[in-house]
Amino acid sequence: MKFSDFVSVDAIRPSVVANSKEGVIREMTQSLVDAEKIAVSEMDSIVKAIMKREDLGSTGIGRGVAVPHTKHPSVSRLVGTVAISEQGVDFESLDGEPVQLFFLLVSPPDRPGDHLRALENISRQLRDDAFCKTLKEAGGPQEVWRLLEDADAQSIAS
Amino acid sequence: MTIDQTENSMHETHSREVVVANEQGLHARPADLVAREAQRWESRIEFVGKAQRVDGKSILDLLTLAAEEGTRLVVEATGPDASEALDAIGSLFEQKFSLNEENTRTHTNKTKQEEQISGDSAGINTAACEGATGRNTNS
Repeated sequence: MKFSDFVSVDAIRPSVVANSKEGVIREMTQSLVDAEKIAVSEMDSIVKAIMKREDLGSTGIGRGVAVPHTKHPSVSRLVGTVAISEQGVDFESLDGEPVQLFFLLVSPPDRPGDHLRALENISRQLRDDAFCKTLKEAGGPQEVWRLLEDADAQSIAS
Repeated sequence: MTIDQTENSMHETHSREVVVANEQGLHARPADLVAREAQRWESRIEFVGKAQRVDGKSILDLLTLAAEEGTRLVVEATGPDASEALDAIGSLFEQKFSLNEENTRTHTNKTKQEEQISGDSAGINTAACEGATGRNTNS
């Protein structure tokens, strides 16, 4: 599952305004609405579901990364987006550090494999410190997209 | 890492096969539980999957396995407490990471119903069949 399979370039937010966990999640979900990947009528339901998932255990998996996500019946395929916060947001992460890189995923309820493969791709790329660093410093959505495409191309080659 | 790897290497490697038995596979939440358990032990702990070997103490590493339900993995532990570490980790897998139980003993004591609504391992409430068929209940 390549980044280009599930990340919507129109929804990428390289400098989020929000500085709270719910604020970032809301901003990212709004970006998916703006990119017409999810219906505006479903926005509150999706944000609520993502926050409930956070209650079970923060998706701030450490190293300045978080992967907030939910399953939702309103989507027929996995959709996702990327956001970056320069100053970092308190996400109650497992290592206690603020989060700068967010990958938000909304997946159909009956396809756990897609979700796992997206997580696989995200985690494999994020093990590379250089990739994380470059992503955090990206200037705009197109640059973020190019970095994700490069990562996809390299993972095919390797 | 504070562990002296040279010291660990003086011990032999123990290994055990585990199976990913929960429906949603080894996603972020079980990976977190496994990594935390592995971190409790001094031994080096690695998971061997299809053509890769990853650090069991790292959530990111564990997520790269993308292990779906039914996946068999070999866990290897090397160090003075290798055997006990494998017992503990093996037990975690056997209990399906204590997810989908009435009262989870780990992060939270939310009820199963709330867990379903959350959209996590049990899936959002469209997975109503879960309650009806009795799947993912206490093993």
